[in-house]
Amino acid sequence: MHVLPALITVLLLVAAGYAAGRIEALRFFFGAVVPLAAVAVFLGGIAWRVLRWAASPVPFRIPTTCGQQRSLPWLKHARLDNPATGWGVLGRMALEVLLFRSLFRNTKAELHAGPKLVYSEEKWLWLAALAFHWSFLIVFLRHLRFFMEPVPAFVLALQNLDGFFQIGAPVLYWSGVIILVALLYLLARRLWDPQIRYVSLFTDYFALMLLLGLVSSGLLMRYFTKVDIVAVKQLAVGLITLSPVVPAAVSPLVFVHLFLLSVLLAYFPFSKLVHMPGVFLSPTRNLANNNRARRHVNPWNYPVKVHTYEEWEEEFRDKIVAAGLPLDKE
Amino acid sequence: MRDRPWILLGLVAFLGLITFPIWYNQAAGTTSAAPELQKAVKGDTCIYPTDYMRASHMDVLMRWRDEVVRNDKRLVKIGDKTYNMSLTSTCMDCHTSKADFCDKCHNYAGVKPYCWDCHVDPALLKGGAGERAALRAPGGQHVD
Repeated sequence: MHVLPALITVLLLVAAGYAAGRIEALRFFFGAVVPLAAVAVFLGGIAWRVLRWAASPVPFRIPTTCGQQRSLPWLKHARLDNPATGWGVLGRMALEVLLFRSLFRNTKAELHAGPKLVYSEEKWLWLAALAFHWSFLIVFLRHLRFFMEPVPAFVLALQNLDGFFQIGAPVLYWSGVIILVALLYLLARRLWDPQIRYVSLFTDYFALMLLLGLVSSGLLMRYFTKVDIVAVKQLAVGLITLSPVVPAAVSPLVFVHLFLLSVLLAYFPFSKLVHMPGVFLSPTRNLANNNRARRHVNPWNYPVKVHTYEEWEEEFRDKIVAAGLPLDKE
Repeated sequence: MRDRPWILLGLVAFLGLITFPIWYNQAAGTTSAAPELQKAVKGDTCIYPTDYMRASHMDVLMRWRDEVVRNDKRLVKIGDKTYNMSLTSTCMDCHTSKADFCDKCHNYAGVKPYCWDCHVDPALLKGGAGERAALRAPGGQHVD
């Protein structure tokens, strides 16, 4: 079981954040130095990963083909599942990045009495993943109200849409509810199914629990304990203008939220979470399948010394003639 | 191999987007200074401690709304004082200016409370006849 170590690690991080918020001497370090360092590690780490991927040679086209490749005119070409052009790839990538098309194909295998192996569709993972990622994006964009002054119109518009039903005050944001439910499902899924539990590692649980801690501390502050939001924005604006201040009114819960975020940011480029930029650089998705239509020469092929038949014939011409054998070139 | 410029372009676009708030604040000349509020025109203390009011005034107002609108209870006793549970009569008796008190923090934090869907800023009522007429006009806010 990897779940307990992950839970304990996240609980320790929560405790560290809370303690830092209560101890006067640590407030500046955890409120300003740690978050800024985490952002630097995040940006530098992402750039480093992407540049390394960019430097990796991709000599051949290795797309996974999920449909009929372009062939004879009377064979229907699967343009998105087996794209032959850059535009097709663009469509395929858009579906992959925005709608998680690969995950939509998820199946599950069950052994029934007989014994009979039965495959069936399994869309819940796709649905929960989609719900989580989209709400996370909306939550992220909504948080720009803390970092940008004046608050830009698109953030206000997004808030209006998210809190459309005007439930309570502060207004309930649906993205906050959906992200929590989706994360809880994704965690429960790993614990529930013995097969998935078997393949789940520490990093799987850790990422989920870290996000759960981040989301729940945020929801707790917004809907239950309440915090001095102006002080929080001063802190956030201070961070982003690189002139950090940590007002005394910032509650320890904010430190928990901020510390979990810092850990997430610093952990991001070096873990499986780096699939965020990684999905764009998946050679099995982002290459057009034109292997047969076009010749792809390995650009760093070693210059092979060849001796063609013409050269060979030239070299032994007199001997071939003497033996009375036919020549290609008389 | 030929995709390297595209990858670099994508990376630069990502870094540009993610650091956008930095350039935005730089351009707007934003500092971490808090908005300055109108001082209460009378009274030494608020109905609850300031720290509590800063974080949780919306809880108080929602509680008041439920008491007044749903339970027909208008008075509340806090400590040894009795208050009329009213945003525009009690709160705004001391914090008179919506624009210089309420809106300052709400705009700063990007909050648009729906108090004003029903309530009217008292400052508008003190305005000239023209403003009152505008409020009564069809589509304007209802004034009682």
